[in-house]
Amino acid sequence: MMTLPPLEVLRPGSVAEAVEALRAHPGARVLAGGTDLVPNLKYGMYDTRHLVALRGLSKELRYVREEGGLRLGALCTIDQLAENDLLKARTPALAEACGQIAGPQLRRMGTLGGNLCLDTRCVYINQSYFWRSALGFCLKKDGTLCHVVAGGKRCVAAASNDTAPALLALDAGVRLVSPRGERVVPLREFYLPDGLHNTVLQPDELLVEVRIPPAAFGKKQAFMKLRTRAAIDFPALNLAVALETEGAVVKSISLAVGALAARPVLIKGIDDLVGRPADARFAEELGRRAQKQCRPLTNISVDPDWRRDLLPVLVRRLVLRALA
Amino acid sequence: MSVGDRFPKIDGVAKADGSGIYADDISFPRMLHAKLLRSPHAHARIRGIDVSEALKLPGVIAALTGDELPLKYGVIPWTQDEQALATEKVRFVGDEVACIAALDERTAEDALKLIRVEYEVLPAVLSPEEALAHPEIKVNEKAKVGNITKHVNLQFGDVDRAVAGAAAIAHETYAYAGSTHAPIEPHCAVARVDADGNLTIWSSTQIPHYLHRELSRVLGLSPAKVRVIQPLLGGAFGGKSDPFSLEFCVAKLALKTGRPVKILFTREEVFYAHRGRHPMKMDVTVALESDGRIAAVDNKILIDGGAYASFGMITAYYAGQLLTGPYRFGTYRFDSYRMYTNKPPCGPKRGHGSVQPRFAFEVALDEAAEKLGLDPIEVRRRNFIGEEVDTVNGQRITSNGFLKCLDLVEQASGWRERRGKLGPGRGLGVAGSMYISGTAYPVYPNEMPQSGVLVKLDRSGRVAIFSGASDIGQGINTLLCQIAAQELGCDPRHVTVVAADTDLTPVDLGAYSSRVTFMVGLAAQEACEKLAAKLQAAGGATFAEACQKAEAIEGAPLAASGGYRTQKLGGGYRGGTIGASPAYSFTAHVAEVSVDEETGIWKVERIWAAHDCGKALNPTLVEGQIEGSVYMGAAEAQMEEMVYNEKGLLFGPSLLDYRIPTSMDTPDLQAMIVESNDPNGPYGAKEAGEGPLHAAIPAIANALYDACGIRIRELPFYPQRVLKLLRERGRKEEERVA
Repeated sequence: MMTLPPLEVLRPGSVAEAVEALRAHPGARVLAGGTDLVPNLKYGMYDTRHLVALRGLSKELRYVREEGGLRLGALCTIDQLAENDLLKARTPALAEACGQIAGPQLRRMGTLGGNLCLDTRCVYINQSYFWRSALGFCLKKDGTLCHVVAGGKRCVAAASNDTAPALLALDAGVRLVSPRGERVVPLREFYLPDGLHNTVLQPDELLVEVRIPPAAFGKKQAFMKLRTRAAIDFPALNLAVALETEGAVVKSISLAVGALAARPVLIKGIDDLVGRPADARFAEELGRRAQKQCRPLTNISVDPDWRRDLLPVLVRRLVLRALA
Repeated sequence: MSVGDRFPKIDGVAKADGSGIYADDISFPRMLHAKLLRSPHAHARIRGIDVSEALKLPGVIAALTGDELPLKYGVIPWTQDEQALATEKVRFVGDEVACIAALDERTAEDALKLIRVEYEVLPAVLSPEEALAHPEIKVNEKAKVGNITKHVNLQFGDVDRAVAGAAAIAHETYAYAGSTHAPIEPHCAVARVDADGNLTIWSSTQIPHYLHRELSRVLGLSPAKVRVIQPLLGGAFGGKSDPFSLEFCVAKLALKTGRPVKILFTREEVFYAHRGRHPMKMDVTVALESDGRIAAVDNKILIDGGAYASFGMITAYYAGQLLTGPYRFGTYRFDSYRMYTNKPPCGPKRGHGSVQPRFAFEVALDEAAEKLGLDPIEVRRRNFIGEEVDTVNGQRITSNGFLKCLDLVEQASGWRERRGKLGPGRGLGVAGSMYISGTAYPVYPNEMPQSGVLVKLDRSGRVAIFSGASDIGQGINTLLCQIAAQELGCDPRHVTVVAADTDLTPVDLGAYSSRVTFMVGLAAQEACEKLAAKLQAAGGATFAEACQKAEAIEGAPLAASGGYRTQKLGGGYRGGTIGASPAYSFTAHVAEVSVDEETGIWKVERIWAAHDCGKALNPTLVEGQIEGSVYMGAAEAQMEEMVYNEKGLLFGPSLLDYRIPTSMDTPDLQAMIVESNDPNGPYGAKEAGEGPLHAAIPAIANALYDACGIRIRELPFYPQRVLKLLRERGRKEEERVA
């Protein structure tokens, strides 16, 4: 079978100890559920010698609290959130997103923080060392070429986390702790368009909490995931929308799309649609706008032309479902 | 609980609770773990291999290169073109080059990176068209002409004249994508040499006997010094029916080091070992008389074989020979080329060679029938070939329950009431098929029985059956218990089966061509009948008492053997025995699909599958085989495909990227058993493990047509392909309106 590289596993008992361990061991990787990290380690994607295992923090960071908005500890498991009644009532888009991640066993192990910090994925990188060597390696690890974009100098491996578009649409923020203190970053500023490292997270920083503002609760919201199989698969596209309406009129719109390039996209330039009737025509128009801003790539093995073709249809259906 | 009963599988609990012993569960003190170095090039000459640095790594015990195992092997004696480790050339990305044995897997893996191989990269051919166009790029020196593994061209009757005089013709090209078996258990082999120099190999193989022969020959050891044992198998489906590099390497390394050696493939390596479904391009003509009778079938088939022959010679025949039922063909011609290409070798996957042409033919039949205004089920009924008849290519059909299969799926699916009334985007499709129950062609020519069974009775009332057959999940070991119970009157739970151990069990040729239940079943029946006669003569109130009395009369332990002797079958022309079977199974499916016409996303809602297995020796096992087959067929229709980049590198060799349907993607399956009681089979039984796969794919394609008016001719039926066809249909409709 595939083997793990030699690793030293550090087991901090608190957030403070965890970020200290990260500081003391540059390049260390954070191990929460391990559902993505462990296969990536077997693929030789990281040169790290140290893992900081967060099991000792699970009491501290596994909570769902209503406090102003919602506060979710980073070690909440995905299945815990998919089944959480408060989430289903307040932020159904997030509960739906969680319910569509991987399969039951992986949802039991995987965590919210892990999903938000999921490394970008690409058909050319999540492969064995042998496979990547036969390919000639790539930008993201051990090589200089991009096999997705000819002549590409920036890695476009895909943001493949299902919670990200949902939380973007809900205008959530994340609380980050480092040995220097802590900060709260709006999720819309958290992701970077660089597949090598697609977040603002510093090497010694830990994502400890997700904050969802109370304004999200009243929004009409929905999540949708395109994938080949009805389980297991990472997204070929994922979308989330949150809408405020006043009477029959749209008051605010937030639409996020993932599984494109390194960063999940918040669709921009749609403020002029505010004030429109919240109807099928609005949904159609939003779909057209989204399609113009999204460019599916061959970083994911599902036909990019088809995914692009589908975008307006999926957005329309998503919006109509949110409005229903 | 005897023949015909729903007796539970004897290894079912052990497989479910984890206590069963698979090859990887076998471990010995001082055992070494070995890893294979593989070629990163699709085609290259090897200029030199240097393992000296690898040997210096602490924990590395031995290295192996191809010069130590120079003899070529292969499952078919006429096309032996494989070497355990390459010496002159590598022929696909993943071809084995060297092997390292170390104290643990990680050390062996690290050592692979220290091996220096000097390659001279050669141009590669990655498609059968390229292979035909570039005979000067020789993929495999075994090919006599260009890159052709095998060319078969057979004609029965005047096809051109029949086509010219036909009332309706469908002539189109079809493309079938390559797919792999994806057994859950990766290949694994363990070798151990005892103090007397006897070599034992435990391997996840479905051909212990052929493996035994090849190991002995390649290693240069007397067959009496080599023992092959097949432990429990975690799925095979044809993917474990060749001798593989890992078996020779563990054996050689065990001889070399004097220590036990194990190789367990990674999932990625299973993809390189492959032997999966051959991609085929098919140019098919189906010509019908005005009454719907099949006047002619003509098929030109181009087969993408990969780098080695495997069973490819047979594939080139099966692609044509197995199409000639359950319908009567007026005339028939096929012309098939199996080509070498620089990709992992294809081989026999469940429904070997005949799944692809069956898809093309059953779709073309629908298309031609529509031109005559004939209902798809009706055209199939009208062409029914019957029982006790010869096919156009000279195969003898004995029992044939195909009409009953059609009746059952027609009724169960509500075909008459529901078809055409399901609303937009929903439809029904039908297809039929035929498959062999073993073949009259033993892989190496010989006059000995294809299967043998020994049965021993004990005075305690215990029965021991020694059988060479591979239980690969089809349940032969369970059936042997039922056959013993049927013939001897014993409790089937008091039967011990010793199976697939070349030291202890009689030869069986292996689990392929759907031969096992048929041939081993007959052999077991024969052995048990001999003993039953003795028990009956002896009398006794209980089974144990009968055994005691009979043993007293015999004056020796009670034992008997039975065999399956190959019959002379098939047409009297070259290749006429290939595809000739003592009995054929028949299948009909109706599939119901729904299509989202805006996205192309579609779903198989339900499949009704009726299968004529002759006689269900254990209905639960037969239903399991039908369901598993239909699942596998539907999977190929939905999503499975081996995709390569421009350098011949297989995309995503993992079960995350190579997608097989989950339970959530599996349609509702209704398996229905038809019993035609074959005169040749054990208790009337025929095969059930491969036949029911075939019809699923064309039934789905025909249902897609019924649902939304598209004829899909390329697998898999990706939603983007469906959407493209829907748009073409829309454009054509607009043009017609304009």
